[in-house]
Amino acid sequence: MLSGLQSLMAAYFAVWAVFFIYEITVSRRLGRLQADVERLKGAAKR
Amino acid sequence: MEQGTASAVEPTGPGQRTGAGLHAAETLGVALLLGVAGYAAMFIAPTERTMGVIQRIFYFHVTSAWTGFVAFLITFVASIAYLRSRNPKWDWLAVSAAEIGVAFFTVVLITGPIWARPVWGIWWTWDARLTTSFVLWLLYVCYLLLRTLVDEPERRAVLSAVLGIFSAFDIPFVYFSIRWFRTQHPQPVIGAGGSLDPRMRSVMLLCWAALLAVMVLLLRQRYRMEMLRHEVEDLQTDSARRGEPA
Repeated sequence: MLSGLQSLMAAYFAVWAVFFIYEITVSRRLGRLQADVERLKGAAKR
Repeated sequence: MEQGTASAVEPTGPGQRTGAGLHAAETLGVALLLGVAGYAAMFIAPTERTMGVIQRIFYFHVTSAWTGFVAFLITFVASIAYLRSRNPKWDWLAVSAAEIGVAFFTVVLITGPIWARPVWGIWWTWDARLTTSFVLWLLYVCYLLLRTLVDEPERRAVLSAVLGIFSAFDIPFVYFSIRWFRTQHPQPVIGAGGSLDPRMRSVMLLCWAALLAVMVLLLRQRYRMEMLRHEVEDLQTDSARRGEPA
């Protein structure tokens, strides 16, 4: 069984990990959508 | 490169670089605030007499729940606004807030059992507070899943709005469950006769401010993502109308 301090560290790590992973996924999805917009606008101009 | 119709994406230039720089500065600011709050929770807040250091999970567990409630309430209000006005921007706000609320409640459902194990001796129990919290999280996960199953934008928005409104009715059950039912979960320490050390209260409010700042930052990014998704859908429709491959 984890000690109190180990459990505390695990919880704080989990908090940072959830927000960090979520931020990364949103940024990546945003990047893909921006690329799609550029591509579709380029195709429309042609 | 010419500027055509109004777009969520500017062509690469000073405007976009300034926007990106501002976003980076805001992200750094929020990360710093979160770091300060974490430091305060770990080293400045006094140690609780009964539970010891493990109690410090409180500063992010409780405040994540409160921030999740705020996010789900934004979804609730935006869903009502969408059904009244049928303006898609309310739908974009609703789904953005719902997704962020799910992220915060994921933190609650992870940190809760980590705290419970050494204190209660169990990871989980199906008491009123934990069960209603899990149900709330599940309802909004279903909201997000529903959106992936409906292709037509307006139908997707209407169905999501209805589910977003319905799901929010679990929030008072989560909040008041520890007063209405006998639960494993501790009684309130803020309000309703509860008392919290003033230093603990200050650190808790700092942590809540940090998490609200995280929520606002993520919400703005996620909303922008919905705006771009809408633009892609419009461009794909135009492309299909011209007979071009998407």
